[in-house]
Amino acid sequence: MTVLTVATNLVDAGLLAQLLLGALAVVVAVVAPARQRNLLAGALIVTAGIAAAVTGSAALLGEAGTGLQVPVALPLTAPLEPLVLAPDQLGGLFMALAGIVVALAALFGIGYANGPAASRTGWAAFAVFAVGMQLVPAAADAVTFLLAWELMAGGSTVLLLADHATREPVRRATIWYAVMTHLSFLFLLAGFGVLAAAAGGTSWATMAAASIAGPAATLAFVLLVAGFATKAGLVPVHVWLPRAHPEAPSHMSAAMSAAMVKMGIYGILLLTLRLLPGGPRWWSIVLVALGAGSALYGILQASVQADLKKLLAYSTTENIGLITTAIGVGLLLRSSGQFAVADVALVAALLLAVSHAAFKSVLFLGAGSVLHATGERDLDLLGGLAARMPWTSVTFGVGALGAAALPVTSGFVAEWALLQSLIHVDARADRLLAIVIPITMGIVALTVGLGLLTFVKAYGIGFLARPRTPAAAQAHEAGPAMRAAMVLGAVLVVGLGLVPGPLSQALARAVSAGGVSTTGGAGLLLGAVDVVLNPVALTLLTLAILVPLVVVNAVLARRHPRRDVDLAWGCGGERTSPRMEYNATSYSEPLVRVFRSSLQATQLVDVVHHDASPLLVEQMTYTQETGDVIEDRLYLPATRWAGRLGDLARTIQNGSIHRYVGFSFAALVLVLVLVAL
Amino acid sequence: MTIASVAVVLIQLVLAVAVTPVLIGVMRTTRARLEGRVGGGIMQPWRDLRKLLAKEPTRAPGSTLVLTAAPILLVASSLLLCALIPLASTLALASVPGDLFVVVSVLLVGTVALALLGLESGSAFGGMGSSRHMVIAALVEPTVLLSIYALSVPAGTSALAAIVQARRADPASLLNPVSLLAIFALVVVVIAETGRLPVDNPSTHLELTMIHEAMILESGGRDLGWLELGSWLRLTALLGLVANLALPWGIGQDAAPLTLLVGIGAITVKVLVLGAVLAAAEVFIAKLRLFRVPELLAGSFVLAFLSVSASYLVF
Repeated sequence: MTVLTVATNLVDAGLLAQLLLGALAVVVAVVAPARQRNLLAGALIVTAGIAAAVTGSAALLGEAGTGLQVPVALPLTAPLEPLVLAPDQLGGLFMALAGIVVALAALFGIGYANGPAASRTGWAAFAVFAVGMQLVPAAADAVTFLLAWELMAGGSTVLLLADHATREPVRRATIWYAVMTHLSFLFLLAGFGVLAAAAGGTSWATMAAASIAGPAATLAFVLLVAGFATKAGLVPVHVWLPRAHPEAPSHMSAAMSAAMVKMGIYGILLLTLRLLPGGPRWWSIVLVALGAGSALYGILQASVQADLKKLLAYSTTENIGLITTAIGVGLLLRSSGQFAVADVALVAALLLAVSHAAFKSVLFLGAGSVLHATGERDLDLLGGLAARMPWTSVTFGVGALGAAALPVTSGFVAEWALLQSLIHVDARADRLLAIVIPITMGIVALTVGLGLLTFVKAYGIGFLARPRTPAAAQAHEAGPAMRAAMVLGAVLVVGLGLVPGPLSQALARAVSAGGVSTTGGAGLLLGAVDVVLNPVALTLLTLAILVPLVVVNAVLARRHPRRDVDLAWGCGGERTSPRMEYNATSYSEPLVRVFRSSLQATQLVDVVHHDASPLLVEQMTYTQETGDVIEDRLYLPATRWAGRLGDLARTIQNGSIHRYVGFSFAALVLVLVLVAL
Repeated sequence: MTIASVAVVLIQLVLAVAVTPVLIGVMRTTRARLEGRVGGGIMQPWRDLRKLLAKEPTRAPGSTLVLTAAPILLVASSLLLCALIPLASTLALASVPGDLFVVVSVLLVGTVALALLGLESGSAFGGMGSSRHMVIAALVEPTVLLSIYALSVPAGTSALAAIVQARRADPASLLNPVSLLAIFALVVVVIAETGRLPVDNPSTHLELTMIHEAMILESGGRDLGWLELGSWLRLTALLGLVANLALPWGIGQDAAPLTLLVGIGAITVKVLVLGAVLAAAEVFIAKLRLFRVPELLAGSFVLAFLSVSASYLVF
């Protein structure tokens, strides 16, 4: 009993600590002298992140607190209901996830932030964003949820604007982000409004107890999924991601991509598992379609990007798509009565979310380190960084392995679980499953394959070979704080991949899934479908094969040592110019050819002929551009129509004072008439 | 993890290393004879390997650990495949069952090691080979996973040993459409993953067409030796897999020495015969244009998809 009391206090104390640390970080960011600001504010946010990680883990392990109540009173109104923070197990998981990512990002930021991102506003906005994000999954009612959601959105928008004075794309990216994030907020407000009206209360418990069904449930589902999908960056509402992630300061990109978009996933899980469980079957089909479409579209776009951070942003859409697919498959199977396999799919969704948080933090922080060292994020201008930035290179490599879902990383475990859930579906008696599951499998497989290509490209072109520009040749290694953040992240990627058993068991609690257990200390045993994955044993077997090979190689190397040559063979020719290397654009050229129509690729070859003869070529320029079909077909027409509407509205506003007085008078008359009626 | 299953793993590793050069020798000799040449003899790959492993490799300035590590990693991944795939016996390690998804990811580790090596060289050829190699690997992936799916539905598991056992216990299942379509799709996968005709021609160095050779163009001496061994072992492992799935007879199912011996003999014969058939078939096929390869892969994907759909009707 005493244990329970202490544990109860742990969650509540953790919530309180986060609020206080967040407020303190804002104050410190404002008052601390510029020289110490990074260290002091950064350290406080790291602590707040750790507090969230501890609180979230405690809540995940089932130690529910009594809830933290924050009384609210606005002037001129009756006292409002207090805001309640009480994370359940699912919320605890996402709070811990956000906290760990925030801690890593803030640690990186201590060394990385400079210029406007290191200003008073920059750090204060980061603190607001971080604490807002950590509290989103702790909210126990819709009002608290939306408040925390807006803190998260507001803080991130301000920090995204950091470099607006020097770079024009930042401003455009911020406008896109602000519009999309508020669109998301509007959808959520409307959706929660419908639920609250139907349930007669705003708290999750009331909504869940009301077992809402019928048109209200459908309306709420559509609105809320639209809102959460916008935040999560699912196609077709992904457009802000490839703009905002590259333009934000890199520690912010990491926090946005690894943690903030997960709040959309948390929302979808909250909606479909807790608020409106047991919805009709087409809901899950919608989720599978949204997810699979996003996964394929995201990775296809990522594979042809040359901008490292844009590539990572599109890959986020892919990963979020995979997570949503797994959730959709889980719900679909629940509605078919295959609860055991459904549980595996839901655990796979959470594994995907956790592993994405780990590897995407490392990748964005690594990209930040590259940007810091070279001022470049265009892969076509990088190269040869492995020799110059060994720490960044190794950690980015580990992150890339995770993103490519290769063993033994957390990404591999997650995709393995997803595939296992798909092949164990019993589709014999069910036409719908017999169609949906194989198609999903094919899409997931193609996504995995293209993901492999994308990250081989990102790592191989960026870090291997020879530097393509002087900036890349003069790259320097990151400072200690940045290195520490990247190494911790990389350790997480491998560590979570090595011990999937305990991790999955903890995750299974969040969705109350059964049939997940640990085998051999670390391995994952999915009892429901009778499969086992033991990465430690696999690693040992690999080592048993690798070590003798390395020994043989070393013996041979001692007898016949490597000979240094000025240049490798190079096909018999000199290849002094690094421009002869393959770059990111040429690397993905075959893929662009294969998927030409979906990528809207245009190639332009510009030949300048010599004056003496048109047969002699003086210069050739090759330009390749790939577009975003969805943006061109959906958003451009929409913005054009909005612009036209604005133009129309302008005709009634000609600036004449008489006309405005006339409007006021007409309004007054209208009001009086209405009152009189 | 019993002693018997550890012994099986060891036997499979030794067997693979011993049989692989012979397999390549047989394939090259078959091809040479059919083309009216004498050929280098069945043991020539052995002699090549011995020669290469005893030669010094070169290193250009600015090269990284990838130069040394990638060839070793390729060999290790191929050997791991030989350990995980049931070749001579269906006894599997309890903690590392030959789960098909794990096998595929181990295969991909080798693929990625090769692709990174191609980029590491920093030459136009290396990058070109690497890019083509990865595009094919990416497009082959759906077929791999769907054919696995089709084969695992009847057996109810993705563990290879269990699938082979289930197929052996029910020989009638070998000839049903699910099995035939899936095996055919898998053969296309093996051809694409090991760089054989019509996807890639292992015996040319023509810049317009080469894929595998372009990646290893800059490697020499010991590095090249490892790379050759790794690629050959991969072929052995995958041919062994297809052979045991299509014709599961002869594979050992318990720890008795006699059944193991029969298993060793059976897999050796199966792989060598399959290799010879593949080499003979290659004589009659021309290499596909690179941009026609996706069509071949899409075709095999359709077969795999049909196979999955059929599996719901048959079982």
